[in-house]
Amino acid sequence: MKLAYWMYAGPAHIGTLRIASSFKNVHAIMHAPLGDDYFNVMRSMLERERDFTPVTTSVVDRNVLARGSQEKVVDNITRKDREEHPDLIVLTPTCTSSILQEDLENFVSRAQMDSQGDVLLADVNHYRFNELQAADRTLTQIIRYYINKARKHNQLPTDKTEKPSVNILGISTLGFHNQHDCTELKRLMADLGIEVNAVVPHKTSVHDLKNLSRAWFNLVPYRELGVGAAEYLQEEFEMPFVDITPMGIVETARCIRQMQKLLREQGADVNFEEYIDNQTRFVSQAAWFSRSIDCQNLTGKKAVVFGDNTHAAAMTKILAREMGIHVVLAGTYCKYDADWFREQVSEYCDEVLISEDNGEIGDAIARLEPSAIFGTQMERHVGKRLDIPCGVISAPIHIQNFPVGYTPYLGYEGANQTVDLIYNSFTLGMEDHLLEIFGGHDTKEAITKGVSADSDLGWSKDGLAELNKIPGFVRGKVKRNTEKFARERGVDSITAEVLYAAKEAVGA
Amino acid sequence: MTVAAQPNAQPNALNFECETGNYHTFCPISCVAWLYQKIEDSFFLVIGTKTCGYFLQNAMGVMIFAEPRYAMAELEEGDVSAQLNDYEELKRLCQQIKRDRNPSVIVWIGTCTTEIIKMDLEGLAPKLESEIGIPIVTARANGLDYAFTQGEDTVLAAMAQRCPSQRVESEKTERNAIKRLLDFGRKAEEEESSTPEYVDHPPLTLFGSLPDPVVTQLSLELKKQGIQVSGMLPAKRYTELPALVEGDYVCGVNPFLSRTATTLMRRRKCKLIGAPFPIGPDGTRAWVEKICSVFGIEPQGLEEREQKIWESVEEYVALLRGKSVFFMGDNLLEISLARFLTRCGMTVQEIGIPYMDKRYQKAELDFLAKTCDEMGVPYPTIVEKPDNYNQLQRIKDSNPDLVITGMAHANPLEARGISTKWSVEFTFAQIHGFANTRDLLELATRPLRRNNNLKHLGWDKLVQEEAQV
Repeated sequence: MKLAYWMYAGPAHIGTLRIASSFKNVHAIMHAPLGDDYFNVMRSMLERERDFTPVTTSVVDRNVLARGSQEKVVDNITRKDREEHPDLIVLTPTCTSSILQEDLENFVSRAQMDSQGDVLLADVNHYRFNELQAADRTLTQIIRYYINKARKHNQLPTDKTEKPSVNILGISTLGFHNQHDCTELKRLMADLGIEVNAVVPHKTSVHDLKNLSRAWFNLVPYRELGVGAAEYLQEEFEMPFVDITPMGIVETARCIRQMQKLLREQGADVNFEEYIDNQTRFVSQAAWFSRSIDCQNLTGKKAVVFGDNTHAAAMTKILAREMGIHVVLAGTYCKYDADWFREQVSEYCDEVLISEDNGEIGDAIARLEPSAIFGTQMERHVGKRLDIPCGVISAPIHIQNFPVGYTPYLGYEGANQTVDLIYNSFTLGMEDHLLEIFGGHDTKEAITKGVSADSDLGWSKDGLAELNKIPGFVRGKVKRNTEKFARERGVDSITAEVLYAAKEAVGA
Repeated sequence: MTVAAQPNAQPNALNFECETGNYHTFCPISCVAWLYQKIEDSFFLVIGTKTCGYFLQNAMGVMIFAEPRYAMAELEEGDVSAQLNDYEELKRLCQQIKRDRNPSVIVWIGTCTTEIIKMDLEGLAPKLESEIGIPIVTARANGLDYAFTQGEDTVLAAMAQRCPSQRVESEKTERNAIKRLLDFGRKAEEEESSTPEYVDHPPLTLFGSLPDPVVTQLSLELKKQGIQVSGMLPAKRYTELPALVEGDYVCGVNPFLSRTATTLMRRRKCKLIGAPFPIGPDGTRAWVEKICSVFGIEPQGLEEREQKIWESVEEYVALLRGKSVFFMGDNLLEISLARFLTRCGMTVQEIGIPYMDKRYQKAELDFLAKTCDEMGVPYPTIVEKPDNYNQLQRIKDSNPDLVITGMAHANPLEARGISTKWSVEFTFAQIHGFANTRDLLELATRPLRRNNNLKHLGWDKLVQEEAQV
């Protein structure tokens, strides 16, 4: 048992559901108790999704506990198959249902007999993997399933596309700025003359998965999701892959050069050097920003970075290598992949922290007192408590991290966005600091001025006590309205009863 | 269930159905979110898995950053396979909580996992309680048995057992706790002389967790009729739980408290006043009247008071009049809200509800039927354990003006041109008593007011093809 207040990565089934709901026309059925379908709320709220999230629950209740699921799961699968005709139904166990040790594999094969679509059991151990690992495994599992199916029916294409092409692996639902990154990567590929063969799993039909092998190579932009699939495809079809995250000017160039190398090896006559040079020096603002006076002022400032592997590593490199900022600590919550992270960042920071405990990171921030933090929503709140500005660079995230405007983190436009994020975080802190030095904002109390200044009204103790229970941001308004109400009625002492009478009368 | 003095005039003609139970609702462990705020000296320990933690973390939103007095005891593989000793593990965590927070009570929330692995929380609690010297209350608020607000019910039912069974020598002051709260601005002699403000009636305790301002409002409302509220379950602090003596009267303020009511009657031998719930001015009046009638008091000025409230909110009610509403059902407030909206002139197409206790909610159900009769609208169908998929088909067919539903369906319905109100807000907003009518209507009319603001734009359907639901 572990005392836990906060977790950075969700439970395994969330990862599976993120993959299932990213595909087109795939439905997930959770084998779970009532209330575990919170994923639907998150997807609908955070992504402001217009369509119903294709996830339903086969509810585990008291009866299931007593007698087993029996026909229930099978019925729910075949019913969903009839109602919505999904191409694939993924049966998803949860922490709770996995301890029941029901033979879900058996349910799946029985349901398969009566279903038009395919049925799969997500193969994930809920006590060993977290959301990110589960997502990676589920994606690989689905790809493998459809490759094998196509092979069995002799539908597996053997040729490559005529022009150089790529599969982008790992763009998913509820991923941090994934949709914008996807657009940016497509744009980059178009600039480079590389066709996009498939984006997986984002809005892809499972029937197109058999064509994955037609691409010349795979691009895995995020460390957490897609590496498993890329490795599988490499084994199966000897497809090479690029796993350099194109985040920041230097890494984007490195990623492009790696793609160039892979394409040349396969006989394509490509040269991206001129493109890289042009983008870096003249199109993107990031390289110029690093030379400008603004950025000079940031030299040697202290920053702490914390997040998932991809974003924390890339951010650390951008801060240290591209802006001359002093990264005092870089950390990740991806404990299971800690070696990779250490290797990536150790030359760019003083200290590496691998932890899933938000308290530990909070303490480290308090100890190091950086000028800015780049982290998750949790670090943002640590920053608020300590009065240190924070830029959010990684999940877990809130609704404000799903912006409507175009804000990729990858590619050359991503580099521009990152510059803004970094610069705004630091100058905001600076502005606050200067304000404090020069006496702060105009702090005159304006809320009750003119109404209660020479008031003849008295607040009784109980009235005042009730008033103080009213949230601060409306208290002034309630107070004014109550006093107006009391004055109109000639009441000279405001009690709790008067306060509530006023509330009824004026709707304060 | 025996209900104190229940005149049975209205035959129940409402239509009840039961579907598959495939619906979306919050897990009942969400009750820690409002209960830890209500009971100020408590600490809630949810004994469950990462799934439970993830739900709470996301559902509680920014509250999670406010150093909440709640935590997960996250079960690991060793706990599930019994390689670790439950008692020792819980002892270690509870000692840590005692050291860091020193609460007056630790509430253990049992979850689905503790049910399945049959962790004997009720058995472990008394042992550990005597060992570490902090009361441990156990509530099984799990998704196998309960939905959303029923979580509070399981906690309060467990708390009811911990209420002192006799009033201590300072009986008088304790009984007057609420009154003292209301009177504390006055001098002692005035307080003495103010006692006759109350009629002589047996002690009355209200149960149900409400924000403090609402407790004050409802107590004042009863005070106007000369009725004194002896205590609230839960009180602001665990150490202030009200005394419950055999024969005391109790009355619920929320429709989802049937286990608490049963416990109070059977285990604490209290008499339950079965009344409609004080939601909306009609409900509040009926609630006060029912309590008055049990104590043989002629209610004063309630009719005028209700009338005045209705007049003051006419601009809101006008928006609702003649419109239709569909409750998908997820928090058990549905019957009371449907009754209130019927009184506002709406037609209720369907009342989905997770669980329907026809005995505990009898007075509310009768009141609903009566309201339908008086407003001349047909009785709505009450669908217990609804099936969300079927409901979406019915919504598509009947095209209601307003759907009250969870966040999982709200945005997709809006994109299809159907106005929705997020149901969970009714649980967290202040909706009880006369004074909160405006807030209640503010919530119910918000989508309609938004529609009025945007109606000239002409883009109400925002999905390209009629996607399958």
